[in-house]
Amino acid sequence: MSWKNAFSSSVGKKIQMALTGLFLVLFLVVHCYVNAMIFWDDNGAKFTEAAHFMGTNVVIRITEIGLFAFLILHIVQGLKLWAQNRSRRNTRYAVSAGNATSKWYSRSMGILGTLILLFLILHISAFWAPNRASQTMGNGELDLYAMMRDAFQSLFVVVIYVLGCISLAWHLVHGFYSAFQTLGLAMNKYKGIINVVGVAFSIIVPLIFALMPIAFYLHWIE
Amino acid sequence: MEHYTMNLTLKVWKQKNKNEKGRFETYQVKNVSSEMSFLEMFDVLNEQLIAEGKEPIAFDHDCREGICGMCSMYINGRAHGPWHHTTTCQLHMREYKDGDTIVVEPWRASAFPVIKDLVVDRQSFDRIIQAGGYVSVNTGNAVDANALPIEKHMADEAFASAACIGCGACVAACPNASAMLFVSAKVSHLAMLPQGSPERKERVTNMINQMDKEGFGSCTNIGACEAECPKGISLENIARLNREYIGAMFDGGSQNAK
Repeated sequence: MSWKNAFSSSVGKKIQMALTGLFLVLFLVVHCYVNAMIFWDDNGAKFTEAAHFMGTNVVIRITEIGLFAFLILHIVQGLKLWAQNRSRRNTRYAVSAGNATSKWYSRSMGILGTLILLFLILHISAFWAPNRASQTMGNGELDLYAMMRDAFQSLFVVVIYVLGCISLAWHLVHGFYSAFQTLGLAMNKYKGIINVVGVAFSIIVPLIFALMPIAFYLHWIE
Repeated sequence: MEHYTMNLTLKVWKQKNKNEKGRFETYQVKNVSSEMSFLEMFDVLNEQLIAEGKEPIAFDHDCREGICGMCSMYINGRAHGPWHHTTTCQLHMREYKDGDTIVVEPWRASAFPVIKDLVVDRQSFDRIIQAGGYVSVNTGNAVDANALPIEKHMADEAFASAACIGCGACVAACPNASAMLFVSAKVSHLAMLPQGSPERKERVTNMINQMDKEGFGSCTNIGACEAECPKGISLENIARLNREYIGAMFDGGSQNAK
């Protein structure tokens, strides 16, 4: 089998989704860890220090390019698979099994992913993009802590962020297990532990993210 | 269980041939015994239609004991009906009560075109088997069955995968119309045995290539196939297929693959 063949086949595309997905899971861990430093309630000192490292370290900045490449591959391949799979059944069933044979979130990865994408566009243009633009123009880093504090005074913004986190949580409940199944690691022996870790991850990480805008809005941190 | 009879309303998919558009037709079936199988109920309905001078409903069936994989009805939104680990022929009318309405559709997938009414063309499965679902042996005397030692648990797992009857319920149930559970069962049962091991890399490559060519969807690990499989083929087979495929990607031995 040629490598080209391996990546263009249906199983090859699955593997691409799994590997890029797992990389994005790793990214979530780092992003969550760094941002959770706002909870020190030290007026953002610890957070700003960590954000400065993430924004200026050469290795991190190179990894960031890879992150965007993987994110785009995950999105493009995911949407293509979604459209392709829908076309594999020309006449739809009059009566469908619904939740009797599968979970709604497993069937809704395309929609959940699209919601996350819409959220990401807003999120990146609110924080990452202006900060990097300022750096590039030689004006230095922006005060991200102050930007967060100001942005999360609006209830509308907080609701959007919480909805983004809920979409992420459901996407992860299926995605985490699914990545291991795709890589052939979800044998019955390991299925239990993969599911427990996957569900715990899907609850804890989005919950910590959701608490950030809520904490600023409710003035738990200033 | 008490025997009873029932009158039913059936909404059945009628389609003249592959090219014509199908539609639902409504039928009334009277005095159906609770001890009939689902297909016997269809026999009664067809006798009734013949007596009335109407065209009977075409449906697939053969052994009627749940082992051949011919019967294929999508009943009230469920492949092979609501019973667990059951083919349509083994579904019995005691599941239903008087006055029920039952909607019966054919398997729906672009790779399984409707031939007539509830009969679909599943030759795409045959072509996947032809692509690699075999073991090459030299002709001559049959080898002694016990000449090759096989671990008990491997033999059991290979047997569990070999239980697949190729009915296509996995494809019918899958929201993506993917054939991965079928292909994974066939790849697994041969890969786990020493006789199938030498050709495993070519096998998985060629069978996946053929599966893609036939126009099945791709697997997104939803799991509806496992829930509907009459033979209880496990999703673990798909994990094994993926591992086999990844192994073939890294190995030069699969160069013979088409």
